[in-house]
Amino acid sequence: MKVKHAGILATGAMATIATLALAGCASGTNDDGDDLADAGATTITLWVDTERAPALKDVAAKFKEDTGITVKLEIKDFATVDQDFISQVPTGKGPDVIVSPHDKLGSYVDNGVVAPLELGDTAGLFAASAMRAMTYEGTVYGVPYSIENVALIRNADLVTEAATDFDTVISNGKEWAGGAKDKYPFLVGLSPEQGDPYHLYPLQTSYGAPVFGLDAEGSYDPTKLELGNAGGLEFAAALKQWGEDGVLNANIDGDKAKEFFLAGKSPYYLTGPWNLPDIKNAGINYAIDPLPSAGGEAAQPFIGVNGFFLSSKSKNELAATQFIVNYLSTDAVQTALFEIGGRPPALVTAYETAAAADPDVAALGEIATTGVPMPAIPAMGSVWADWGNAELSLIKGEGDPTEVWTTAVDNIEAKIAG
Amino acid sequence: MTSTRPSPAIEYSPPRRQSTLALLIKILLLGLVDAIGVYALFILFIKEQWLVFGLAVAILALINWIYLVPGQLPAKYLTPGLFFLAIFQVFVVIFTGYIAFTNYSDGHNSSKDDAVASIIRVAQKRVPDSPQYAVTVLRQGDVLSLLVTEPDGTVSVGSADDPLEVTTDAELDSTGKAVGLPGYDTLQLAEVVQNQDAVLALVVPESDDPNAGSIRTSDGATGFVYQASLVYDEQADTFTDSETGTVYLADEKEGSFVSPDGETLTPGWRVNVGFDNFVEAATNEQIRDPLIRVVLWTFVFAILSVATTFVLGLFLALVFNDPRVRGKKIYRILIILPYAFPAFLSGLVWAGLLNPEFGFVNQVLFGGAQIPWLSDPWLAKFSVLLVNLWLGYPYMFLICTGALQSLPEELTEAARVDGASPWRIVRSVKLPLLLVSVAPLLIASFAFNFNNFNVIYMLTRGWPRFSDTTLDIGATDIMITMVYKVAFGGGGGRDYGLASAFSILIFILVATVSAIGFRRTRALEDLN
Repeated sequence: MKVKHAGILATGAMATIATLALAGCASGTNDDGDDLADAGATTITLWVDTERAPALKDVAAKFKEDTGITVKLEIKDFATVDQDFISQVPTGKGPDVIVSPHDKLGSYVDNGVVAPLELGDTAGLFAASAMRAMTYEGTVYGVPYSIENVALIRNADLVTEAATDFDTVISNGKEWAGGAKDKYPFLVGLSPEQGDPYHLYPLQTSYGAPVFGLDAEGSYDPTKLELGNAGGLEFAAALKQWGEDGVLNANIDGDKAKEFFLAGKSPYYLTGPWNLPDIKNAGINYAIDPLPSAGGEAAQPFIGVNGFFLSSKSKNELAATQFIVNYLSTDAVQTALFEIGGRPPALVTAYETAAAADPDVAALGEIATTGVPMPAIPAMGSVWADWGNAELSLIKGEGDPTEVWTTAVDNIEAKIAG
Repeated sequence: MTSTRPSPAIEYSPPRRQSTLALLIKILLLGLVDAIGVYALFILFIKEQWLVFGLAVAILALINWIYLVPGQLPAKYLTPGLFFLAIFQVFVVIFTGYIAFTNYSDGHNSSKDDAVASIIRVAQKRVPDSPQYAVTVLRQGDVLSLLVTEPDGTVSVGSADDPLEVTTDAELDSTGKAVGLPGYDTLQLAEVVQNQDAVLALVVPESDDPNAGSIRTSDGATGFVYQASLVYDEQADTFTDSETGTVYLADEKEGSFVSPDGETLTPGWRVNVGFDNFVEAATNEQIRDPLIRVVLWTFVFAILSVATTFVLGLFLALVFNDPRVRGKKIYRILIILPYAFPAFLSGLVWAGLLNPEFGFVNQVLFGGAQIPWLSDPWLAKFSVLLVNLWLGYPYMFLICTGALQSLPEELTEAARVDGASPWRIVRSVKLPLLLVSVAPLLIASFAFNFNNFNVIYMLTRGWPRFSDTTLDIGATDIMITMVYKVAFGGGGGRDYGLASAFSILIFILVATVSAIGFRRTRALEDLN
């Protein structure tokens, strides 16, 4: 029968196409020899953001030349990359290497998605604080490449002298502003809904109230919460006072603060190196001052360290380790990353070159020596929220400082414990 | 022939002549589908996923049968749709349901094998103050060995079975590193990479003493002495701390290794926890109290959103449906404008407009008053509703205009002749007729607003926060934003299990409300 015949013909043709398509799928992995195909060893994938990708092109090419392995730079959105990494690594779809700030490390380790890295003697080439940031519970997980921290940026045309304590900063600022409505004595970007404990941290530490106590290695120890000590309460009271005096303004968020500083509406701006390129471009005659102490003790900022981490399910672990430990730790790469991102390098030699050429880097690096890496424990996410909220309500003048602060500390304690 | 059995000629319509092109396209598409299917089968076969394998075989056979055997015309049309429905809807719903009964969260992220591998790996600690060795990977037949150069120049060789032994025959390079040994082949970097799994698995004991450390390399060029701080016993399914002797037993209910005093090792793994997530949502007062408030607010938000947008939309539709209004087209375009903005963007723009000090609303409309639109709990609720009204009324305006225009003009005229006032006409004639066609859309709108993530998240992020809970949940959070925060760690760990449990709750609520709503709508139709 004709119809049947056509059906058989169609089935045959279809089977042929299916076979061909299958062969097409398979041939992609068969070309390079069995060992390589089995291990998936021809490429290593690196998740990176748009800004950093160009700086890594050269070293990727060099690695390809030396080992025959392609380094694929995959550009990801950095706001959510840590979540993607945690959920995709277990499925085997994640990258081999990720670029990430160190404060996510606790989550990565808790979920078993990063592998320890033994840097050996290479570790000694990096700034000690950077290596501390790459260490979680005594094990090293990453190669650091940049260190960042906040600093007090001063518009040198408006206030000529650097001040060492915060009271002088305020009085200088107020004197300059002269009570005008659109002039601000001091600027710092605060989220109107959740405050910003990160930026305010140097002011807090100057009251002798770090978030945690230090362990033997000089890292924060999450079991020793120090936030609620006597200094913390003094800081809480000071926040309320600053809020009343208009020194801190919860309605000025990061964008507004930057806009005002660029427009010359304030002599002081507490911010980090990420805003320096714009300040430069705006033609502001700026100076980077040491962080002023408000409570008498040293004002220590948080240090944020960016680094490269190895996925625990990398199918190409040896090559990826080679690339991270021996290629990304070189002076050339660290300098290239600095030139693109403006964040001081973690490698000591690269830092020294950069600092000699650029006084901003030297000034920021000087401040960084006083700081301690941000805690990386997974509970930190909720710590920030409670902490910021307490600060925010005080700045807005709501509640009694001691009460607000103690409630937040109790909440944080409960979260770390639970 | 009986009347109940139609003749075959009627049941099977005579085969229409297929064009050759159509046949070719069919063969090509079906061939590709089969190729993908068979490829998937291979992978499933290799991974020994028998259940999924069987399912895939059945589906593939069914697809081929449907398209190759003549007849089954409805099935031919329905299959692609059903297939995608199954993948994108049914599967997602079932998977969410499944996750709700697991402890999938931060720290319980993957399988037990992964957890064990990760613990073993992290437990390998470099022996403190031990030197860094330069190593070369050697091969003799199938056996890999490490050629180790100590910092003082001593060279030794060893493999997995033979502990390190000092050798003096090694070839040295200019830096003094041993790079070759007679009788062995030296692996170059490319070869090391090719055999990386074997190289990484190579553990060379330092000596015969089983408690001594062992040398491993992670890059094929440098080696370190490691000692395991935790030892895994596969038979007993325990980890033993080699210093303190503490035994961590695998607890399949918790999904972690737990010591007798309750300490756990990280990471754990994903296990089925039954109704634990639901029980926690109902009993943990940190979650329960805010959850109740959030559910109430979600209903209030959804109902008020529908009510306000509908009233405003209907009012404008009635006004602009009046034949006496001039320039209707321009007005209508202007009214529909907010609808054209993505809610995502509008939320952000409105957040700026409502800034207490610098926002347009306070500065211009309220003469510089500092009204905390988004940070006072009640005002924030009001602001969210206001912004949603702005976003939502054009839709209601559109559907009401459409429905009004389809109402026969005679009815209005007849009512007018009977002496009804305009208000009476709207209330007793237009509105009941309108509701018949609009009511199902109102229910859909309710379901949409019930899950209106964009407006809430972009405008207030759910804040201002509740002060009596450690969760990052606030006065304007609706259930879907709460689910998002729980699932993706808005201030805390990610907990997909709990978030999925909440999602099921949302599903039940929306389904119930919709079912009741549609039943009422049918009653409305019967009335007319």
